[in-house]
Amino acid sequence: MANALNFNRRESYLEKYGFHDKNSYVYRTEKGVSSRIVEEISGLKGEPEWMRNFRLRSYGIFEKKSMPGWGADLSGLRFDDLYYYVKPSDKKGRNWDEVPEKVKLTFERLGIPEAERKYLAGVEAQYDSESVYSSLKGIWEKLGVIFCSTDEALKKYPDIVRQYFGTVIPPGDNKFAALNSAVWSGGSFIYVPAGVKVEIPLQAYFRINAESAGQFERTLIIAEPGSFVHYVEGCTAPVYSTNSLHSAVVEIVVKEGARVRYTSIQNWSDNVYNLVTKRAFAYKDATMEWLDGNLGSKVTMKYPSIYLMEKGARGEVLSIAYAGNGQHQDAGGKAVHIAPYTSSRIVSKSISKGTGRSSYRGLVHVRKGAHHVKSKVRCDALLLDDRARSDTYPVMEINEDEVDIGHEATVSKVGDEQLFYLTSRGLTEEEATAVIVSGFIEPIVKQLPMEYAIELNRLIELEMEGSVG
Amino acid sequence: MPKTLEIRKLHVEIEGREIIKGVDLTVSTGEIHAIMGPNGSGKSTLSYSILGHPDYAVTQGEVLFDGENVLDMKPDERAAKGLFLAFQYPVEVPGVTLASFLRTAVNSIRKKQARWGGQPLKEISAIEFYKRLEEKMNLLQMDPSFAQRYLNEGFSGGEKKRAEILQMAMLSPSIAILDETDSGLDIDALRIVSDGVNALYGPDVGLLVITHYQRILRYVQPQFVHVLVDGRIALSGGPELAEQLEEHGYDWVKDQLGESAVTRQNG
Repeated sequence: MANALNFNRRESYLEKYGFHDKNSYVYRTEKGVSSRIVEEISGLKGEPEWMRNFRLRSYGIFEKKSMPGWGADLSGLRFDDLYYYVKPSDKKGRNWDEVPEKVKLTFERLGIPEAERKYLAGVEAQYDSESVYSSLKGIWEKLGVIFCSTDEALKKYPDIVRQYFGTVIPPGDNKFAALNSAVWSGGSFIYVPAGVKVEIPLQAYFRINAESAGQFERTLIIAEPGSFVHYVEGCTAPVYSTNSLHSAVVEIVVKEGARVRYTSIQNWSDNVYNLVTKRAFAYKDATMEWLDGNLGSKVTMKYPSIYLMEKGARGEVLSIAYAGNGQHQDAGGKAVHIAPYTSSRIVSKSISKGTGRSSYRGLVHVRKGAHHVKSKVRCDALLLDDRARSDTYPVMEINEDEVDIGHEATVSKVGDEQLFYLTSRGLTEEEATAVIVSGFIEPIVKQLPMEYAIELNRLIELEMEGSVG
Repeated sequence: MPKTLEIRKLHVEIEGREIIKGVDLTVSTGEIHAIMGPNGSGKSTLSYSILGHPDYAVTQGEVLFDGENVLDMKPDERAAKGLFLAFQYPVEVPGVTLASFLRTAVNSIRKKQARWGGQPLKEISAIEFYKRLEEKMNLLQMDPSFAQRYLNEGFSGGEKKRAEILQMAMLSPSIAILDETDSGLDIDALRIVSDGVNALYGPDVGLLVITHYQRILRYVQPQFVHVLVDGRIALSGGPELAEQLEEHGYDWVKDQLGESAVTRQNG
């Protein structure tokens, strides 16, 4: 039985959705990465000297650094075989008629608005949301909130960018942070002035263009004291990418008394290696919340982290991961307690099906001197069938005695008794499984903005269809 | 037109062990039957196998509902045909509200019925659904906030049983099997649940009340009482049989069995 989302997973996306005409309407650097290409990228963007140097230095680090010796299997990655910079054109990429029926059906089932469908299918390079966006823009400008692409921010607000860029995640952090630091393009820049609370979530959608949904997004968010902002990145609809490496970096600075919530749901096509470094510094009495949903990609390695820098800082990571056949979601969170009287909470819900593998990998680190720290980790795994696999790699490095640290882990299967109970009420086995799964992730889903919650549940329902037996 | 549930020469096994050893029973809409029996007699096995629990294997016999063989159907199909089981131990489903689950169930059944009838599907609207839910919850004296609680999670015994009857009320089955619905209920809860069941009973609804004790049968009064002993219906009779059991206990039945295999008791 056909699964709406698995329709083309065995086919090579490059074959079906590759560029029609290499020369005329898209510009891209030649294959592979080198210092020459890094310079070319910086030149094409017209960047200041310091950024060019930053990129080159990062490239040097990338070359020297070794691949991580843990996590998912990355042996399939061919660095030389990738394009590292693609400039989008305003012209269409492919015909709507060429988009497979099943893709269109998925959009239909998820209730994706017409205008968005063409963008998501790569038919349009731009998401035309000008009217919505421009009225919101007006509100933000009045508040002094800056929300634009990181490229634009570098041009318009170079001083702020320079002050914070690379301070939360230095290029030397890991090989992929180094790569991103060398070839980054797109991503969001958000600056919220002191005391300003942005009520409506800022969404990447609003200022979308093909470049920003790209491979090496670099996002930087600065929340001045007492401010609040909620940023939503990604979408539940499947996004078809010819680029098989997505390596983003997200840096967030949450100053005294401020609060930042970052919601991210990714559903990349199953050829993608999604390797992301996300970190926030939370200062005195500040709060950082990461909501992370991982549905797609072939391999995801992502551990949103929070450094609790000063007294009263609070951090939370809520993570959902779904791994279907052939997928490996290696996700989790990190809480690093630098200061005393700080607290953190990590909740991970992972679901595995078929040959899918969903892992929780997390770290709670309490530095010496960080007394009166409170940290709770809860990881729950749900296995949908006998082949599914789930692993937990929780690491606790506690260097203080006066702390309250807790860790709970559960693994469960979809129970026969639950299935019988639900099916005896008229639900098909697929529907019953979908209900059980939605109940499993409910504690996290109810924290999502409503449209995302609805989409997420519907998406999982689709995944369930045709997948039993 | 009354619909009938016909159980003929039914044999059911679990893990290779035979529990139901030849049961014949016919329940029609408009009738209330009671099945009484000691522990281990096979009461729950019988109800589970009628709804199609995967662990139970029917090795012989038939179960026909409205002329169709239900043993060929999956549990959800049997439900859509009009069968319902109120569980003795309703399982918990965390994170799923009673209301959202019920709405899914109603629509799922409608989907099947539409397909079978060759009709277009008409899903229940939110307004219609919540109106109906409110009505039934009032009937069962359930606080409206109950609908937003997670299915059976943290429910007391009485709340679970009432939630089962609420589900029955929302799904409108033709034949409902109530598996020891009275267990764990105090007098007041028992009365409320019984009132709810009685309100649902009518010419188009048949009930099969499975119970160990006679208590519930004072409120939900059967026309027919059957005694299940060791996987067989040992005795069938009218409502007085229940009283006799109350007075003499199940051992009395076993003594009676010594005289003849199945007797119809009069007076």
